[in-house]
Amino acid sequence: MAVDTTTGSSTGLPPELHDATRDETSLRRFLHGLPGVDQVGVEQRAAGLATRSIKKASKLWAIDTAISMVDLTTLEGADTAGKVKSLCAKAKRPDPERPDVPQVAAVCVYPDMVATAAEALRGTGINIASVATAFPSGRSSLRIKIADTEFAIEQGATEVDMVIDRGAFLSGRYGQVFDEIRTIKQACGDTHLKVILETGELATYDNVRRASWLALLAGGDFIKTSTGKVSPAATLPVTHVMLQAVHDWHAQTGQLRGVKPAGGIRATKDAIRYLVAVHEVAGEQWLTPDLFRFGASSLLNDLLMQRRTQLDGHYSGPDYVTVD
Amino acid sequence: MSDRLAVAKTYKLYLGGKFPRSESGRTYQVRDSRGTFLANAAQASRKDVRDAVVAARKAFGGWSGATAYNRGQVLYRVAELLEGRREQFIAEVAASEGGQAKRAQAVVDAAIDRWVWYAGWTDKIATVLGAANPVAGPYFSFSVPEPTGVVGICAPQSSSLLGLVSVLAPVIASGNTAVLLTSQDRPLPAITLSEVLATSDVPGGVVNILTGRTAELAPWLAAHADVNALDLTGAPKDTIADLEEAAAGTVKRVLAVRGNEPDWTKQPDVSRLRRFLETKTVWHPMGV
Repeated sequence: MAVDTTTGSSTGLPPELHDATRDETSLRRFLHGLPGVDQVGVEQRAAGLATRSIKKASKLWAIDTAISMVDLTTLEGADTAGKVKSLCAKAKRPDPERPDVPQVAAVCVYPDMVATAAEALRGTGINIASVATAFPSGRSSLRIKIADTEFAIEQGATEVDMVIDRGAFLSGRYGQVFDEIRTIKQACGDTHLKVILETGELATYDNVRRASWLALLAGGDFIKTSTGKVSPAATLPVTHVMLQAVHDWHAQTGQLRGVKPAGGIRATKDAIRYLVAVHEVAGEQWLTPDLFRFGASSLLNDLLMQRRTQLDGHYSGPDYVTVD
Repeated sequence: MSDRLAVAKTYKLYLGGKFPRSESGRTYQVRDSRGTFLANAAQASRKDVRDAVVAARKAFGGWSGATAYNRGQVLYRVAELLEGRREQFIAEVAASEGGQAKRAQAVVDAAIDRWVWYAGWTDKIATVLGAANPVAGPYFSFSVPEPTGVVGICAPQSSSLLGLVSVLAPVIASGNTAVLLTSQDRPLPAITLSEVLATSDVPGGVVNILTGRTAELAPWLAAHADVNALDLTGAPKDTIADLEEAAAGTVKRVLAVRGNEPDWTKQPDVSRLRRFLETKTVWHPMGV
């Protein structure tokens, strides 16, 4: 791990956090010194909050908020320019018959599709997120990961979703993961960086908490649960742990960082449960697309159908909204 | 006579091939024609209707895409299972509808025969209702019947088995999938039919059976945008006009039976099969 010679004041971190990033040993000491996650407790709390009943006007508000937080995603080997363009059209006008439906927060694609998306979304204010750093496995050299990131930004990406090296993390080489995130953050410059932890491969909640803090220390603007290519993807308890991390980070540093659960969130009901968790665990100020996102593709369809159900007074169907 | 306590049954819904409780957690008591307690049945809510439609839509592709021959085999297998449960059906029909055991026996036999009759129709519908059309041009033009989609059914209120089979079998024989609201006060034969279907080869979701208050559930089914057709045979008479109006919102096919319940013992014709079919006509250029 490269020794950080900057002073605490220049990183804007309080001294104890700045000390943690000094070298590999202090980083390990800090991460392993984090309080352990009570597995039963967090799962119970997540399940308890999930039973909350959100109805009528609150539900409609929740649906509109969730729509505005969606990172509309297509990450398939079979992606074509046509598919990306139609996705962008949907991002701009999710429900063409109802112009009051908010736009989504971003469109998320592979780096080679960024230019197509940027062209289609010009002037709309919708962000273009690109996965990078040898997504989804993260198994490549740092040089290639940097090149991957630079290519995405050059093509017009306004947000970069990087994956961490889970192999290095699980074998305890925290310094390597830290340096990698920091290097990618430097390559990003002002571009928003989301750090994908791939919680499905991290095995324990303690690891999720450590990875979250590691990503926050290294300068990630968002921490994201998963690539969507590994099962289990996002779960409520994992998101709870990550929301706690950004909440505590804010309490200690005053900086606001975001969370993005991705993968496996398909129903409006699930999305609303996540919003309840955001409100209860992180706090109300996280209920904005700047600090909370859903990485999803089919969720938007269900949100639109449920929105229509709320407004029309009867159930809608896939014949009446675009389903992809 | 032993002093053993009878096991009071609490039945559940049949939804997507599974037997869940009602989302609402409600149940209601089913009584026989003399008012004696028979069993508890789940009282479905609008959200159960929604889930049932989702299940039916999911099953539609597979069921409508199965070959007519295969559908016939599957339905015939159901008839075999009905035969196996004959005694149970007789007891339930007798308890629900009252009357003599002999009448109940005749009703159950007629219901099984009706099921077999519709099972036989699966691979004959296209021949009878389709056509090679004579056209004045170098085209081969033919019309084939295709299933309408998800059909919502209000099962007859008084004929709890024969009427039920007479409205359900024609819907699924042609490849539609069904969401069926049972007779409100006589749901037991329908519940047993759902147990038969669950152990047969009919894929989960092709038939979804909901017990509960017809007047409460029918409006949600009628207005649901993902339901393609509606059979209002067992809907309360005074609600039919409203249900038709709700169904018009998404231009559903509606079969409304006004007046009294039909005489189900009469041998049916293909009209109920035809009701839930769409005709696709193909023009194909003839070769040189």
